[in-house]
Order: sequence, then C-alpha cells, then structure tokens
Amino acid sequence: MKISFNKRNTLVGVALGLAFSTSAAIAADGWGYKDVADALHLIMDSDRTVYTKLIVNRLQNEEKVIKASEHWKDDKALVLPAQMFRYGSELVAEKGAAFNYSLLSLWPVNKQNAPKTAVEKEGLASVAKTGTPFYKEETLGGKKYFTAIYPDKAVVKACIACHNAHKDSPRTDFKLGDVMGSVVLRLPMK
Amino acid sequence: MNTPAKSKSRTYWLLWAIVSAALTGWLAYGMSFAKLSDSPARATARSLFLPGQTTSGHHQIELACNACHTEAGGGREVLQDACVKCHGAELKEARDSHPKSKFTDPRNAERAAKLDAAYCVTCHVEHKPQMTNAMGVTLPNDYCHICHDDVAKERPSHKGMAFNTCASAGCHNFHDNRALYEDFLLKHAKDPARTEKPILPARDFGKRLDEFSDYPIARYPNVALTRDKADWGTVPSNPKIMDGWLATSHAKAGVNCSACHELTAESGQKNWIDHPTQQVCTACHAAEVKGFTNGKHGMRLAQDLPAMTPSQAQIPMRKDAHDKKLSCITCHGAHRFDTRTAAVDACLTCHNDQHSLAYKTSSHYKLWQKEMSGAASAGSGVSCASCHLPRVEFRTPDDVKRVLVQHNQNDTLRPNEKMIRPVCMSCHSLQDSIDALADRNLIEKNFTGPAQVHVRGIEMAVARDAAAAKSKPKASASDE
Repeated sequence: MKISFNKRNTLVGVALGLAFSTSAAIAADGWGYKDVADALHLIMDSDRTVYTKLIVNRLQNEEKVIKASEHWKDDKALVLPAQMFRYGSELVAEKGAAFNYSLLSLWPVNKQNAPKTAVEKEGLASVAKTGTPFYKEETLGGKKYFTAIYPDKAVVKACIACHNAHKDSPRTDFKLGDVMGSVVLRLPMK
Repeated sequence: MNTPAKSKSRTYWLLWAIVSAALTGWLAYGMSFAKLSDSPARATARSLFLPGQTTSGHHQIELACNACHTEAGGGREVLQDACVKCHGAELKEARDSHPKSKFTDPRNAERAAKLDAAYCVTCHVEHKPQMTNAMGVTLPNDYCHICHDDVAKERPSHKGMAFNTCASAGCHNFHDNRALYEDFLLKHAKDPARTEKPILPARDFGKRLDEFSDYPIARYPNVALTRDKADWGTVPSNPKIMDGWLATSHAKAGVNCSACHELTAESGQKNWIDHPTQQVCTACHAAEVKGFTNGKHGMRLAQDLPAMTPSQAQIPMRKDAHDKKLSCITCHGAHRFDTRTAAVDACLTCHNDQHSLAYKTSSHYKLWQKEMSGAASAGSGVSCASCHLPRVEFRTPDDVKRVLVQHNQNDTLRPNEKMIRPVCMSCHSLQDSIDALADRNLIEKNFTGPAQVHVRGIEMAVARDAAAAKSKPKASASDE
C-alpha cells in the first residue's frame, strides 16, 4: 500500500489522537482498533527501517566507520536497531501512554522477549508462518486489549549477520526477508 | 450549691482542658509550617508524628515530612513522584535493569500482580525498621525468585543457588549492573591485577572555563589575580584572608572577592555579604553543590532543614566534632580552601568508624602520602575522597564533558558495586575489585591485605561463553 506524505501525516495525527485521548475516538469517526494499530505500526516500522538502513547498515556494514553494539555506551558505538525500538517504547510507556508495544521473537536473544501470553504464542507462530499481521483481543491483568501482531523482517544484512552470530541466539540460519520476530502492539479496549 | 467535691472536680476538668489545649497547640505548632527552622520545640513535636524509625537513607530529612508526602493522604503515586525527584536521574544514569516500563507492560501483568515494582514503595517501604533489609529493601531477601525462579533452566550453573544470595554475593543488583553484566565480566576476564597506568582522573574545571555557557567569564576572566587587584571595596582588608585567597586556584583563575561576596538584588543593587552560603558556590559549582545536597552531607540543606551535624549521624563520629554544621566551607574552608585537606583530614575530623580509622594503616594511604610529598605522580594517591567523592566524567547541561568531583558520597556506595567502574578499576582488575568489595572484613580493615572472599561470576561467564562457542561455531559478524 502506497501512502502519500500528507496522508501519512494525517494518519499519524489521527492515530496518536485516538491512542492518547478517548474523546478523539468520537471525533475520528469510522476508525476502529485495527486502523489505529495499523497506523501506529506503520510509523514504528518506517522509523525502524530508516534507522536500520540509513544509520546502522550504512555506517557499520557499508562504510565501516562505526560499529553498532549492544553495549553502545561502553563501546562508544551505535545503538542496535532493536534497542532503538525498545528505548522508544520505554519512553512512550514513561510518558504514560495508554497503548503499549514491544518487539518479541520465537528466537529471542534475550529470553524475556519470547512470547508469553497465549495470544502472543498463537500470533507469533501465525505471523512467522504467513508473514501477515495477526489480530486478537486478550485480557491481561483484568484489562481487555486489542492486540495486533506484525511481522518484523530482516531488511538488511546487518540484522541477520548479528543474530546468526550472537551466542545467545537460538537460531543461526536467518536469511534476508525472513520473519525474525514480531512487533506486538496493544490498545486498551473500552 | 458548690460542694468542695464538685469544686475539686471542676478544677480537674479545667486542668485537663488546659493541658489538652496546650498539647494540641504544641502538636499543631509542630506540624503547622511546611518548613522546619531552628526550633527544637517544633522538631520534638513533629517527631511524635513519625510512624516508625526512618531508614539510614532518609533519617536526616525525616522531619521534612513534605519532602516525600507532598500531598496530604497521597498514595503511592504521590510518593513515587518524590522518589523520582531525588533518585530518578541516578537510576537513568545507572541504566536501571528494572525500569518502570517493565512492570507497566501488560504482558508482564501476571508478574506485576505478584510484585508491582512500577512503584518504588513496593520494595522500599519507609518507617518499617522491623522489616528493612540492606539497601532499604522491605521485601524478604529472596525476592528475585518471584520472576526468575526458572533461572537455572537458562543458566544451569545457577542450579541450587539460594535466591537470597543473588543480590548479596557480589553478583547482581536490582537496579545497577553496570559493572556486573555478563559481557562486561567477559571483557575484563583476563585483566591483569593492576592496570597499566594506575592513575585517577584529574580535575579539569579550571581548564574549561571558556566552554561553560553559564560561567561569568566576562566579569572574571581566567587570568591570575594579584594582591592589588583584589576588589574588596570598602571592606577592611585582612592580611590572613588575603594570603589565603592568593594561594588558591580561585585567585589563580581570576575569581575575585566580589564573585562570592557580592550579591546582586533584583533591583540591580549590589550588596556585600560577609558569610556566603552554598547558594553562592552554586553560581560556578552547581554540579558539585547538587551532588553535595543529594548526598548525606548536604541533603538536609536541600530540604531547608538546619545543616547536618555529626551528632545526628547513625555511624560513629568523633565526639569533639558533634556540633560541626556541614556546608561547603566545613571541608573546604572559605578563603584558603585546599582540596587536599578536604580529601582526607576533613573526613577524619568527624568520621570515627573502623574503616575510617584503619585508613592510615592502608596501602592506599601510603600512596596518598607519596603523592602529597611529591615522590609520586598526581593522581597516584588514594584519599578518602578518591573512593567516596570520586572524580568522574560528567556532561554539563550545555553538553560540555568534564571531570567532576561527585560530592554525593552515596553515588558510589550503596550497593558498593557502584564503586567498581568509576573508582576501583582505575587501578585494579575487575575480579579483584568485585572480591574486595564483597569482603566485609577487608572493608573494615580499609583493604589492607588480600580479599578472603572470591566471587565466581567471571569464571561462570567465561565457562558459559566457552560452552556456547563449542556448541555453535561463530558465524562471521561482517556483511560478507
């Protein structure tokens, strides 16, 4: 799906409005949970791809001027794309947003990022198999969520080179274009 | 008709009413003002409201109730704001291993229901001495098992280890693992016992005055001043003060008398003050003062309480120092300030515990004496301040990197593994540092002799790494 710059900006505005404020839900007539989730994910995915391609892959793998490292501060290196994504998600949580997102995988380097809830297990398995998003409602801690699970694919070689070589990675045969993990996005439901 | 019995009874009632009114008045007086001044009567009245003994971390400011209880009847949300106000920046800097977002994530709802660590007070309840453990933790010490009970599955080396040893054996901390994370252990597994160049960082404030946007460089250019340039105006000159000032780096860096003694009022009127407070020091040394008022020496000042005195300390202090009021000049002096005095002698003027008393028998002290006598190079000596008020890398608000003396003594102290990277590893290997800090007896002896405790963390990390390499031949990390 091709989206023009202006349309993307409108999408962003509506999505953020919906996610942050309940009154906006009335204003944005016709927008359902799925639309909001898709819009938010589109932003996340685009920004994540930009960082991975234009920063990490270009500077580390193509130009070889700086490395990316899990211990970026100690190693004076670039933040890994997965960390860039997670820090953003932590900042969103810190700001008290109602929605929440994380990056999980069936082959996680950090075992805390393996699927845990029933919907995560079902969704990650489905996404790995089909390469298409998965949507389901779930109740966690007594609260109902609309959970959207999107495929996270290897967009550049930097992704697979690092994951295939990492000592804590349970899988070492990732290829470009493979689904390596999933973005799990949760919107609270009324 | 008034019988004598009735009259007696009335007198008692009257007495009761007066005493009650007086008591109520006194208690109300104790709680009536937000800020506590130098009134012992008010302090005593207010202390009666304390629900239980306060921890060593907060006892100094316990009478500033509203430092934490910013709203009457406020629950954990209100308390959380107070915790973050003082401790938030430090946690960020420590790359907190358990940030709030871990516990607000819905996927962890099941765990958060067992341990809602999104709130500090879940684990650190104040005023509960009967259940307060090390680090002010009020949970049973095996709390790690709540979320990590399957740790042996991922790390078989941990099988059979007791959960109350995770954070007490020198291996892990709940918040700050900067010196303990696995890859760091691996990186320093083969370090020699002593670093190649055992030198502590040097202060560089004076060299970078031009770079600080808030430094009054225009009025006080970085040019050494002489006796005739002193701008003490109409104040009678005092040769002792003058000699003291001329000997300091203030005079050498162009900091004239007026820089500290002249305050500009809102109207623009310039007023001379004889006894400046730390407020004045803040103008150029804001980061140092901030550290001081965050730590145990200055935290009372941050709450507008009368200055800390050693008599209020919970650790042994010299009796003859009990009434000293702690401010910048208590350790630094006013005109003839000497950072060497502040680094050892000032500390030992008050501190009287085993560790402090053993300092002068330590090899650290011998190194310090050598440096002081000029027999060894600058930065090779180890004073009290080297470890407890260390010189650390710091980024100013306008992004200038400099070496700062961290005046918050707790920044490297509790848990003591916080000291490993900024201090110990300047001279010692990671293994020796971890072992020494895990050995309580060695700490008492001020590190005289070898450690009798050995923490196996590095060995375990190396063994795990070797096993992983064996089971999985490393693929190339490049993009070939």
